[in-house]
Amino acid sequence: MKNSYKLILIVVASLILLTFVYPQGVNKSIDWVNAKISLKIPQIYNKPFHLGLDLLGGTHLLYQADLSKVASADRGDAMQGVRDVIERRVNFFGVAEPLVQISGQDRLVIELAGIKDVNTAIQMIGETPSLEFKEEGPNYSAIVTAQQQGQRLNEDPFVSTGLNGRHLTRATVIFDNQTYTPQVSLELNSEGAKLFAEITKRNIGKVVGIYLDGLPISLPTVQSEIPDGKAIITGKFNPQEAKQLATRLNSGALPVPIKLISQQTIGATLGAESLTKSLKAGVWGLIFVGLFMLIMYRLPGLVAVAALLVYILIVLSFYKIIPVTLSLAGIAGFIISLGMAVDANVLIFSRMREEIKSGKTLNQAIHEGFSRAWLSIRDGHVTTLIGAIVLYVFTTSVVKGFALTLGIGVLTSLFTATVVSRAFLELFTGPWFEDKKSLF
Amino acid sequence: MKPTYKIVFIFSVLITIVAIVATFSYGLKLGVDFKGGSIMEVEFKDSLPQISDVQQSLGSMSLKEISVNRAGVNGMIIKTEELDEAKHQQVLGKLQSQFGLNNISEERFDSIGPTIGQELKTKSITAIIIVLIAVIIYIALVFRKLSRTLSPWAMGVSAVVALIHDISIPVGVFAVLGRFYNIEIGAIYLAAALTILGYSVSDTVVIFDRVRENIVRGKSKEDFGTTVHHSIMQTLSRSLSTTFTTLLALIAIYLFGGDSVRYFALALIIGVFLGAYSSIFIASPILVWWTNRRNMA
Repeated sequence: MKNSYKLILIVVASLILLTFVYPQGVNKSIDWVNAKISLKIPQIYNKPFHLGLDLLGGTHLLYQADLSKVASADRGDAMQGVRDVIERRVNFFGVAEPLVQISGQDRLVIELAGIKDVNTAIQMIGETPSLEFKEEGPNYSAIVTAQQQGQRLNEDPFVSTGLNGRHLTRATVIFDNQTYTPQVSLELNSEGAKLFAEITKRNIGKVVGIYLDGLPISLPTVQSEIPDGKAIITGKFNPQEAKQLATRLNSGALPVPIKLISQQTIGATLGAESLTKSLKAGVWGLIFVGLFMLIMYRLPGLVAVAALLVYILIVLSFYKIIPVTLSLAGIAGFIISLGMAVDANVLIFSRMREEIKSGKTLNQAIHEGFSRAWLSIRDGHVTTLIGAIVLYVFTTSVVKGFALTLGIGVLTSLFTATVVSRAFLELFTGPWFEDKKSLF
Repeated sequence: MKPTYKIVFIFSVLITIVAIVATFSYGLKLGVDFKGGSIMEVEFKDSLPQISDVQQSLGSMSLKEISVNRAGVNGMIIKTEELDEAKHQQVLGKLQSQFGLNNISEERFDSIGPTIGQELKTKSITAIIIVLIAVIIYIALVFRKLSRTLSPWAMGVSAVVALIHDISIPVGVFAVLGRFYNIEIGAIYLAAALTILGYSVSDTVVIFDRVRENIVRGKSKEDFGTTVHHSIMQTLSRSLSTTFTTLLALIAIYLFGGDSVRYFALALIIGVFLGAYSSIFIASPILVWWTNRRNMA
């Protein structure tokens, strides 16, 4: 490929990456253009960076499940069950993108970004899922009427009856005789049956609510006293849903007990502060490194700075695409990678200088510089990469973030410091530059 | 080789020994993520009480391993044994009742069980060993073609001795910092250690690469020590530059990155500097001495 094509390609690709990484800036210009002329250019979609909890504020909880009473073949299922139950609970917290993940054999990681009341969250997670029967409270009709008009939404018109999941013997899926719609039938133990008989007796013609995890899933009206301890949830299920519910209820609660073994919570203010500081450090890192390259290597230094900017665009795009969760350590890794990204340039430029000194033309010197420095560049990058990979594979989340940004950086800089900076550098060859070798 | 190498080498060995002695006598002050325990950072919005007031206030709760320190302008860091959520709320409640409900905001709370800490320790040691082995193998592979003139093992071993030097000294520094300034080592320092490992080797490789090139070009009728010295001089400016660019990025983190990464950056600054230093004054002399001895035998 001719060098001019390469350059055009690099510039165009960089502009595309820029709009991807920083669409806010481009959108501002689009707004400006739209205001001037009545072109309706659409805004560019902004895919945000994925920030870690230490920058966003939030909590990271690690639970240990007790699998000692579970046969080893069923452990995977049990953990899956724990995960499902907990995930459903966590979704009620109203947190954006909560994370619930099985970690290793018997651990569960929960990450809640931006949550205010961690204590309540922990309590809700810690509770085993509850099945509860509720009856109409004293202000039932008043509350229900108000709620139909969108008021008193936080009040529960029902009160507890004392009958709950503890009294459940088993749940099965049945089909209604006439409509063939799936239902979940509950079989209560003797104590439950007695309670249920009393409840139904005193609530004939009224509604008894069946609550799951604190929310009503079925609100049947009692037709007659039910003495045999058999209740039916008629909700609007499809067969699959009915089966899932029955399975979940049969597991009684969480399939296995879980215990909180580690908690890391960061306040939103502290997180925001860390983010500002990291960004500031990043900008200064770039300035320091850029100035150093300019002072040390003049014209090639300028090329290295240009290549470094392309490097930043590529790396930030990777962060958005993969997506990389940017934590404090991750950003530190990125800043360090700024310093390492120019390493290859340094190796190449020093080599070029030597070749120029020995009387070669610029073109030859550039060629030699790149080919001779390659082995050192490769070896240096590989050793850093070994460190990053081992860190990523063998350690915990804090360190993983660092390893990932550093690793991506090392690989990307291999490309920018060679291909990109070479394309730029070859702009400055030719007879006109031959007698201006002092620029190199 | 010039006598300078010998003098500086002995000096480095002495420093390393001091660092190792400091590490063993003071021990590293491990953070909660290694040791297990709880750490709580609170911000006092209106009025900042004395540390002793806070200690007294929590004293009645019979918490183990409690320590209270200033953090920032209006903050305090309270470290204790591992607290479960109930106990954590009790501590917070106690502080709020004593120093004002709206005065206090909890900025951070970490509570880490001892098993997790132990696991992290095991993982860290595994990671370090694996990196060391991988690096030796890599160097041996890269330089295998030189085995007639140079033992690839000599290169591997001298690089690793340099590594030990590069890691021991920052560890020693942090043992001292931990002892006298309460600086703790958290999980993130593992990242620092492994980055130093990788970086230090890459510096050494740059010099060894040049040695290889000078030998292959065969222009050297000079003895091996002189070849290595020339290679060092030829690569000196670039070694300094690559080290310096990385140091500049680290200094930016140290100055502007905030408290939580400041000492992490410091560890890397020391390590990266030593990485460049040791490839000249540790790895290269060992390579020369080893090779000369082998050739004599």
